Amino acid sequence: MTLVTLQRAIARAVMQPLTSSERMRRSAPDGGAMSAYAARFIKPNDRLTSFERLEIYNRQYWFRLLSSMVEDFPGLRAIVGSKRFEAMSTAYLTECPSRSFTLRNLGAGLERWLRKNPHWLRGNRVLALDMLRLEWADLEAFDGQSKPALRAEDLQGMAARDLRLRVQPYVKLLQLHYPVDDLLLAVKAGNDQSISFASNAVQDRRKHTEVQAAAKQKSAPVFLAVHRLDFSVYFRRISQEEYLLLGSLRNGKSVQRAIELAFHKSAVPSADRASSVQHSFQNWATLGWFCQQDENPRAVKKQRN
Amino acid sequence: MWGVGKCFPGPLFLTTGAKGNMPGNRFNGLTDYGIGIGLRAPHYEHILSRKPVVDWFEIISENFMIDGGRPLHVLDQILEQYKVVQHGVSMYFGSAEKPNREHLSRLKELVKRTNTPWLSDHLCWGSVDGRYTHDLLPMPYTFEAARLTAQKVREVRDFLEVPIAVENVSSYAEYHVSEMTEWEFLNEVVEQADCGILLDVNNIYVSSQNHSFDPFTYVNSVPAERVAQIHIAGHSKFKKYILDTHDHPVLDPVWKLYERAIQRAGHTATLLEWDDSIPSFEEVHREALKANRFLADTTLAVAV
Repeated sequence: MTLVTLQRAIARAVMQPLTSSERMRRSAPDGGAMSAYAARFIKPNDRLTSFERLEIYNRQYWFRLLSSMVEDFPGLRAIVGSKRFEAMSTAYLTECPSRSFTLRNLGAGLERWLRKNPHWLRGNRVLALDMLRLEWADLEAFDGQSKPALRAEDLQGMAARDLRLRVQPYVKLLQLHYPVDDLLLAVKAGNDQSISFASNAVQDRRKHTEVQAAAKQKSAPVFLAVHRLDFSVYFRRISQEEYLLLGSLRNGKSVQRAIELAFHKSAVPSADRASSVQHSFQNWATLGWFCQQDENPRAVKKQRN
Repeated sequence: MWGVGKCFPGPLFLTTGAKGNMPGNRFNGLTDYGIGIGLRAPHYEHILSRKPVVDWFEIISENFMIDGGRPLHVLDQILEQYKVVQHGVSMYFGSAEKPNREHLSRLKELVKRTNTPWLSDHLCWGSVDGRYTHDLLPMPYTFEAARLTAQKVREVRDFLEVPIAVENVSSYAEYHVSEMTEWEFLNEVVEQADCGILLDVNNIYVSSQNHSFDPFTYVNSVPAERVAQIHIAGHSKFKKYILDTHDHPVLDPVWKLYERAIQRAGHTATLLEWDDSIPSFEEVHREALKANRFLADTTLAVAV
């Protein structure tokens, strides 16, 4: 038996979902008995059968991955419910096993997978997807790239008409249907408090109430910039015009064109637009959201397309 | 009894600076590091604000193979004041597939950042056909596996341009196809790859209990001149097996193995791993410094 053959066989068994009582399944990936499957590869010893030895790895695999999912998506878990979240995560990871060397990327394909498998979200589909996108943006804003901040001298000599500003890669822009930023903060605060005093059951009930309250709200567009300041992640509500403006800048549009696009169908009175834009730019510059241009013009060109 | 009761001057037990008779070797960049501890998030604030005297920190490479944010900021601050060595958990030298290019590129970036004098990862596998288990799975101890693993170690070392040390893992299963013992396999790999060893004496103990072999035979069989670093850690005993949990102080049998390893390899960079139920920085550091009684022993032995 070659190395790769053995590794494929063991990986298939290790990655096979556990039973509801968190034990290794009796049936093997090849349809036969797992005890026979394990015995083909693994030696028993005087205390453990081949099945039991393989089961240690099978259980470790799922415990590690599921706890990573719980850590990364507390908000989605609160919406879906802890049991359903575990079943959903198991189904996701079974269909889309990790293809990254780091657990940090474990949930990278979850949104796409959930859009194909919306039954996991029941009646809270839109709310849950909003939350998932927010939690992924939270993760990306935490360790996203920070480029050198834009300096006044970087703008010297640039014609105002062609002025282009780059937005820091760690700033994530979201258009949502529900105020899941508030909900996520409440869930996280609840998780922190639960360490000190409340039981899991009490916490689950409290989260359920918060989720119900959020789900009952009328769906309305929420625009959010997920960013970091002093290495902590913040959720900042922005207007639709600001969302469109930042998005256009990120896509390589000139400042002038980005403003035109942002206010194309805006309800903001024309007379107020200049001061509104000026105010926004001042805030964003203070927050360090603008960065220097890429030195590689090909990268800029690619982004514009 | 780990040298307890011997007439060593007190300060030798308490300071981190006890340097031994053995110079570094080519597998740890000719360094002479003493006792280090794993850099873990719950201790960041303490380390940065109190600046405790620590010989060196070991980082989990993957935690810093990111684009930006707090982890890299903390690392840069640590690097200003401390020596740092990189330890990886997902290179999977034993996986029968080529190294992941993105992984290697990010790792090289980090190597340049930390200037790590050597880099370690595990003698295990954990991925196949591009799918990751995120676990340290035991190798089949075959000649084919040794050859492929050694080849991969060489490729990684050539790409990263830094000495590599491979760490023996704890295991809970053995394969029918194995053609040699674990220590023979380790020796086969490191000889073929011409690389160093990160000797984890806790892992040796855990595996010895799970597979019923004499852990001293293992320690005595390792080529001492290739030992770049030693890991010590705690483990958890279950009814039918022992699990490598890194959530306890180091237990007596592991200290005895450490003593033997130090007798053979001389003064060697030593690292305490404590990854779960992590206590205060002081408690972790105090536990790590217990290793000084053995390192001090090697110093005095030469002096006498």
